[in-house]
Amino acid sequence: MFRSNVLVCGGTGCTSSNSEQIIEKLNEEIKAVGLEKEVNVIRTGCFGLCALGPIMVVYPEGAFYSRVTVEDVKEIVGEHLLKGRIVKRLLYQETVVDDNTTKSLNETKFYAKQMRIALRNCGVINPELIDEYIAQDGYAALGKVLTEMTPQEVIDLMLASGLRGRGGAGFPTGLKWKFAAANPADQKYACCNADEGDPGAFMDRSVLEGDPHSVLEAMAIAGYAIGATQGYIYIRAEYPIAVKRLQIAIDQAREYGLLGKNIFDSGFDFDIDIRLGAGAFVCGEETALMTSIEGKRGEPRVRPPFPALKGLFGKPTVLNNVETYANIPQIILKGAEWFKSIGTEKSPGTKVFALGGKITNTGLVEVPMGTTLREVVEDIGGGVPGGHTFKAAQTGGPSGGCIPAKLIDTPIDYDNLLAIGSMMGSGGLIVMDETTCMVDIAKFFLEFTVDESCGKCTPCRVGTKRLLEILNKITSGNGTLEDIDKMEELCYYIKENSLCGLGQTAPNPVLSTLKYYRDEYEAHVVEHRCPAGACKALTNYTIEADKCKGCTLCARNCPVGAISGAVKQLHVIDTNKCIKCGVCMEKCKFGAVVKK
Amino acid sequence: MKSLAELQAIKERARASVNIRESADAQTKVLVGMATCGIAAGARPVLNAFVEEVAKRNLQDIMVTQTGCIGICQYEPVVEIVTPGQEKVTYVKMTAEKALRVVNDHLVNGNVVSEYTIGANAIGAK
Repeated sequence: MFRSNVLVCGGTGCTSSNSEQIIEKLNEEIKAVGLEKEVNVIRTGCFGLCALGPIMVVYPEGAFYSRVTVEDVKEIVGEHLLKGRIVKRLLYQETVVDDNTTKSLNETKFYAKQMRIALRNCGVINPELIDEYIAQDGYAALGKVLTEMTPQEVIDLMLASGLRGRGGAGFPTGLKWKFAAANPADQKYACCNADEGDPGAFMDRSVLEGDPHSVLEAMAIAGYAIGATQGYIYIRAEYPIAVKRLQIAIDQAREYGLLGKNIFDSGFDFDIDIRLGAGAFVCGEETALMTSIEGKRGEPRVRPPFPALKGLFGKPTVLNNVETYANIPQIILKGAEWFKSIGTEKSPGTKVFALGGKITNTGLVEVPMGTTLREVVEDIGGGVPGGHTFKAAQTGGPSGGCIPAKLIDTPIDYDNLLAIGSMMGSGGLIVMDETTCMVDIAKFFLEFTVDESCGKCTPCRVGTKRLLEILNKITSGNGTLEDIDKMEELCYYIKENSLCGLGQTAPNPVLSTLKYYRDEYEAHVVEHRCPAGACKALTNYTIEADKCKGCTLCARNCPVGAISGAVKQLHVIDTNKCIKCGVCMEKCKFGAVVKK
Repeated sequence: MKSLAELQAIKERARASVNIRESADAQTKVLVGMATCGIAAGARPVLNAFVEEVAKRNLQDIMVTQTGCIGICQYEPVVEIVTPGQEKVTYVKMTAEKALRVVNDHLVNGNVVSEYTIGANAIGAK
């Protein structure tokens, strides 16, 4: 019996800042003071506050340590674990109250407005121990389904819950299952899409790293509902920790007989295998994904037939996203009414977002649908750092669009985001401040889609390339007003004629920035000016005469010798030589160098 | 896995190790003084006795934790039990055996074990 549990985050974020070494050192120090039988060190999944990693939480006190280093471990063991004195200087400052006591993590701004369903076990259990998952009601939903419910009852429950696919499009999960169940076949498949490809999105990775069994359990439930006996998880090879934990979870579930033959003595067989993807963005598209599992080149095909009729190996298949699956065991256990009581009428439940960009609390958050963007950015995310102001948020990655500051009070759900020209997407939420150029952002996403277009259909392969060329022309100051109109027309052409979701949504970043920031595009074209000062070709550095003291610091630091001027005399930048690296502006102590 | 009962058995076994992670918001707190003075006087077996007994009896909403020196080193090992709305109870010169009785009488049945409290043991109390 352990009197204390030390939970250390083993997600990808914290692992990259040495949480493995911290765990090693912890075990070593705990042994050195003879506490190894009293203190249990546990590697968990993501806590969500990735900006403050590596994270360590000590129970029963619930002390939340942030930015722990290997050097801090000895102090934590000696003071906290041995002598019961919490090391205050390492605590997450939000949990420290003025009167020198600490408050619960759930009362901090970051966690207070969150509601964790898909992430409920992340940062709580050891994902490599099936027993800990079972302790948290794990596999009870599968048990209930197999012993008490018919497949039709499971599908009815999913339909009643109103759960919509968390991969981005928001198709009702129950409906997908109903279609697949209705098509008779000798073999069906229940698959999981873990090919998370949006830049800045890491929700699925965190679920798989922190709570892999919840996905396995839900896949078995899906299998039972539609009559499938085999499942595949398609996951990218870039997620080595998630792949490893999934494999451990599958092995443990097989050992316990929770996967395999005759589960719960119900006569139901189900097994799951992992298939690794090589990281192509298009393989997140369902038909391309299944083609890739079959061992062929990952290219999409025309729908219909939909996967529910002809999917993997030509058999009826359901394919759901990781986060969708992670919700399912809870819905089975707590019922459709409970799930519908959370979120909005048309989008029940919660959504996990990966917060990134210009935001204080970079990390993973789960909020009820209908939470406003303001609450997510300002309250949970802690606002924009460095005295900058919020300009826009980008959701949905390369398929989505921007939500401008004037719409910050929009409640986030599938339909609202579509109405304002963005989309839910898988849940990446990138925050931008006034130093971000919207044309540049559109260009960034277009570069991504040009790279990732599989090339099978012309509108996407050639169209996105042409789109990018026009964007390059505009950001280099050579665009015309006609280009903007042409570009808009091309966007609609690509949307309407592309084969799959990749091409159909690729112009969204351009269209939504055009919708809200057309003036920025026009400033680039007409005034040859980048209002945010981000497009290098359109900005010039100059030295203001009244502020320059002639200290020579800028001239000495200029890597290309573009600055001339004698001591105590005004310095001048030669714009022909200048490479716009910004070093002079950074070095100047008098704020004399300005970007125009 | 052949039955729900089998799953339930695993759950109950595993529950004990996970419970502790939910006790941070527990109402009743058992604080064992674990500064140098407490450890030297034998606070560790006392702490472990509380942890094990609370787990064995599957008591909910109780957090057993350690605290620093509260300044009455001659009375160590000292254990404080804090329940909201009630006066704090301070037990002194504790042992593992006494701990079991405190769990039974105080935590389970709500009767303070007066003879172990600081009031009964203070110098000149009798």
